[in-house]
Amino acid sequence: MDNKPRLWLFLLPLGIFLAAVVFLFKGLYSDPSKLESALIGQPVPTFTLQDLYEPETRHDASIFKGKPMLLNVWATWCPTCYAEHTYLNKLAADGVYIVGLNYKDDREKAIRWLTDLGNPYQVSLYDKDGMLGLDLGVYGAPETYLIDSQGVIQYRHVGDVNDHVWQQTLLPIFKDLK
Amino acid sequence: MRIITLLLISLMSSAGLAAIQVYEFDSQEQEVLYQQLTKELRCPKCQNQNIADSNAPLAQDLRQKAYELVKEGKNREQVVDYMAARFGNFVTYDPPMTPATIFLWLGPLFFVLGGLAVLVFRTRKNAALAEKPVMDPAEQARLERILNGDKD
Repeated sequence: MDNKPRLWLFLLPLGIFLAAVVFLFKGLYSDPSKLESALIGQPVPTFTLQDLYEPETRHDASIFKGKPMLLNVWATWCPTCYAEHTYLNKLAADGVYIVGLNYKDDREKAIRWLTDLGNPYQVSLYDKDGMLGLDLGVYGAPETYLIDSQGVIQYRHVGDVNDHVWQQTLLPIFKDLK
Repeated sequence: MRIITLLLISLMSSAGLAAIQVYEFDSQEQEVLYQQLTKELRCPKCQNQNIADSNAPLAQDLRQKAYELVKEGKNREQVVDYMAARFGNFVTYDPPMTPATIFLWLGPLFFVLGGLAVLVFRTRKNAALAEKPVMDPAEQARLERILNGDKD
């Protein structure tokens, strides 16, 4: 019988311990309110929605084709949307093409908001019942989607778009969109 | 006193009514399915509440959508797939087996098998010890001599 201490037998619990440490440590800094979008790599869902300004004008998913663009989900009842609005105006002034989706809101209030604060959107969709929002998996406004010229969703950002988020996260992806 | 009681009752009833949406179903099965779905679908906005318990506007929308789908005759799996296609597997409290969740199924098995392996290993070791003579032949002979009363 060899009674030589076997090194791996002593290292095994240490290994398991270290794996648990790494796993739990990562858990400390993960945000459970951030969800992966189920729609990354998929085309924007089909829809027919009224224009915010002109109820007779209808838009469908074809407006997302032709060039890379942002889809911004917003509402007047959403304080964070107010916070990010100035930055969206700046992006629009810089030539970024942004489609606005007014989500579960009141048409008059929404138009007044855009009149007062400026309108960064090339197209404004009016989603009264939140049905396109539901198809997109929107769980909290504001949300911003990066969409390539084929109309395929490449990234979703939940929360406000500010200089830090744009420079660090969104712009690098947006620049690479085809 | 009676007025206060009446006032209290009216307050209670209005509060109760506000939280309840009335849905009409075609059959008992549909109603049972709807109840089951609202219990096992998770509200994406709120942390750890199912859509039956949550009063968030999003949970109301999801209840409405679940109701419509059930009413259309969709089964449980179809409704869950519909929600998961939009909100990801987070939306169900009964997540499917994927590479990311495989440990949930195999982890316990791994520990049981590990425990069994340790058990088998130790039993074998003990059995081997029991079979092996404790003393070598010379010592054994000496012991027998002592036991038989012989002197060294």
